[in-house]
Amino acid sequence: MKLALVALLALLVTPSAWCDDALDTRLRSLENELRCLVCQNQTLAESNAPLAEDLRKEVRDLATGGKSDDEIRTYLVARYGDFVLYKPPVKSTTYVLWFGPFALLAGGAVAWWMLIRRRSRATGDAATLTESSTTAVARARVLLDE
Amino acid sequence: MKMLRWSLPLAIFLVILGFLFVGLFRDPREVPSPLIDKPAPAFALTQLHQPERTLTTADMRGQVWLLNVWASWCVSCRVEHPLLVELAKANIVPVIGLAYKDKRDDGLAWLKTNGDPYKLSIVDQDGRVGIDFGVYGVPETFVIDKAGVIRYKQIGPLTADALKQTILPLVRELQRS
Repeated sequence: MKLALVALLALLVTPSAWCDDALDTRLRSLENELRCLVCQNQTLAESNAPLAEDLRKEVRDLATGGKSDDEIRTYLVARYGDFVLYKPPVKSTTYVLWFGPFALLAGGAVAWWMLIRRRSRATGDAATLTESSTTAVARARVLLDE
Repeated sequence: MKMLRWSLPLAIFLVILGFLFVGLFRDPREVPSPLIDKPAPAFALTQLHQPERTLTTADMRGQVWLLNVWASWCVSCRVEHPLLVELAKANIVPVIGLAYKDKRDDGLAWLKTNGDPYKLSIVDQDGRVGIDFGVYGVPETFVIDKAGVIRYKQIGPLTADALKQTILPLVRELQRS
């Protein structure tokens, strides 16, 4: 009898606890990619600012109300701008931000390649030069021996 | 080719220097609002002085008005307050005060000691309307046109310069149109 009661209780408790856990994990990951506008270098999850508290509550209400992560992001962007997102969206004004580093890397690689090619050509010249100088030394030795 | 070797890195350096120099004079706290040129969010809030009456966005249709977000706990609100009192005396544009996350009694007492420049005051106790307006640093002031569209947002305390050079000219222009 007692065992049955415990089993029943466990059945009652577990699913809801599991649900809350799932929601909590989801909220935590969402809050970790949203910026608190009051203390700008902290995420919504880290910040103790009253606004961050309100926004965490707002995000939770939206999530329990059935809004998807994207809808919640859009909701916040409509009010506070792209700045609330730690990961900025890819659009025409952020192309330089997203692709600039790769362009720089490619430019650097091209410059490096050109430099190496020029240098190897230069050492090639130097090699022929030493070659001719060794023959010159040999010739000088021959002359001195005479 | 020799020229390029020096001038290209120099040019890149100067561009970076230029960006950094401009950055010196910009305030990172002033995040441009996405609400500019968008309709002001709809609200219905109870008034500060008469809790039984409400004010809605629709009530302000047809006139240019300022929405000043303040709070009795906000220190820099004291800095801008004399300017608002002055502005109210000049009677150029109605200013609606929004007491943000404030207790009614605290707000009333604050207005009694510092002067009440507002045509009407409303209370946003839980900060819900503040979130809709994208408020993150009290005080903030919005310029809203006759059609109920937000045209400008001042983040932080009003200054005499901001009023004279930006807000009032904009208000006059909007009132004419």
